[in-house]
Amino acid sequence: MSILNRRNLLRGGALGGGVLLAGCDKLAQSESITKAVQSAEVATYRWQRLIGRDALAREFTKADLSPVFKANGSKDPDGEDYRRHVASGFANWRLRIDGLVERPAELSLADLRRLPLRTQITRHDCVEGWSAIGEWRGPQLGTILKTVGLKPNARFVVFHCADNYGGEISKGGAQSTGLYYESIDLIDAFHPQTIVALDMNGAPLSVAHGAPCRMRIERQLGYKHAKYVMRAEAVESFANMELGQGGYWEDRGYEWYAGI
Amino acid sequence: MATLAANADATGPAPSPPYLFKRHAAVTRVTHWINVVAISFLLGSGLNIFNAHPALYWGAYGADHDDGKRWLEIGAVDNAQGQARGITRVGPLAVDTTGVLGVATGSNGQPLAQGFPGWATFPTVRDLATARNWHFLFAWVLILNGLVYLVYGAVTRHLSRDLVPTRRELSLANIWHDIVLHARLRFPKGEDAKRYHILQKLAYGGTVFVLLPLMVATGLAMSPGIGATWSWLIDLLGGRQSARSIHFITAAAVVGFIVLHVLMVLLAGPYNELRSMITGKFRIDPEVTR
Repeated sequence: MSILNRRNLLRGGALGGGVLLAGCDKLAQSESITKAVQSAEVATYRWQRLIGRDALAREFTKADLSPVFKANGSKDPDGEDYRRHVASGFANWRLRIDGLVERPAELSLADLRRLPLRTQITRHDCVEGWSAIGEWRGPQLGTILKTVGLKPNARFVVFHCADNYGGEISKGGAQSTGLYYESIDLIDAFHPQTIVALDMNGAPLSVAHGAPCRMRIERQLGYKHAKYVMRAEAVESFANMELGQGGYWEDRGYEWYAGI
Repeated sequence: MATLAANADATGPAPSPPYLFKRHAAVTRVTHWINVVAISFLLGSGLNIFNAHPALYWGAYGADHDDGKRWLEIGAVDNAQGQARGITRVGPLAVDTTGVLGVATGSNGQPLAQGFPGWATFPTVRDLATARNWHFLFAWVLILNGLVYLVYGAVTRHLSRDLVPTRRELSLANIWHDIVLHARLRFPKGEDAKRYHILQKLAYGGTVFVLLPLMVATGLAMSPGIGATWSWLIDLLGGRQSARSIHFITAAAVVGFIVLHVLMVLLAGPYNELRSMITGKFRIDPEVTR
């Protein structure tokens, strides 16, 4: 009983706890275990597509709008080209649609506004945990994709953005350029609520919220809603793009399917 | 031990104590220990996820500017001397929780601003991506494991027989009687130890039928994909940020259950209790002792 006194118990408990915590962190750092853990995402993706492939995100009324919609991520991209576009009110800006499409196109803001516009008041859920409700207006991505015509082998749409979010070191491995990009499957690309938003809360998109256009992918988390979109590229695979995970945050360990 | 008759079946007259009684079926034991692993990782990774935005709100939305909707916040502020202080706010109440909540001591000895301290989170460093990956893996484990247990328990009538209280057990007099016995640390002996009494039924049944299903429901409601498909779920819970708040409160209740459960196991005889959840065998002692 002599070694089982209070101090030794506490010391032993602290030591055991420390070993346990270190062991847990080892698990989290192992590359093969990480791969296995991430495979749960496939189950989540397939299950959600099975039960609600075409489900619509809840739409709200003006009375439900967040008084202040928090701007997050890049708020003022500093690329030279982008600064010039801001200075000229995006007069010479064009949204490029290319990749695996029959008729690549370059659309001005006026071209985009001539398309049928959809208005939707939806809830934006950030991966961090907060939510904000805003009103968005813009043409459906599906309309644009039908105009340019997807080639049969196209499986994803990749959004290339103007903001360089920097090579945040989160995993210690090689980092990509830091240019923001995102990708979605064709189910979301043709989903009626997937729009190229030009307006927010009744006014043209501000720079903080992604001017001149940002994506709305309403059934996924905020990081999928790419801001400052310059180009939409239809691809068969994104494996050779940047770090190969299909997006800026995906390359840094976050789920590609952010419906959860 | 050799003198103990390993008679396990409920049929026939019970042998004279002490003897080993088969208390837990294999499915109960296996699902219990899978739950121990799953819930440990879910709690740790959940607190890491919470630390990415250590505030809770009521309603559909809630973010930095929505003071009126926020009911809990674990923050860090600099005091007049320029020292970082952890401040936890619950409703109108603000408490200095430096050292535990809001501000902890980092590995370099400097104050580190974070909601819950590293020792309580998985991984111990702030890493939202990893925490989410593990959280959703073990969410699947919890759900599938729970379904196995519930289907098994319904088919074998284990749930209705052992966990659902009878009307008589729910009488205030009976509940009070059991509270008094627990307070005196008098645990059932003899044949009476073979079944759960009302406080055990409420604790286990409440966890199985209320707390864990509520964890899953509120977790699902936070998913933007499920929120679209099952919008009734999010409405039922009062909006996504309410679902997030209830998820957190229910997790606290689960922690409360675990603390009580482990405490009672320690008080009632950890060797016998642990053995019954590993091999299934529970030692029945004579009713009148000493």
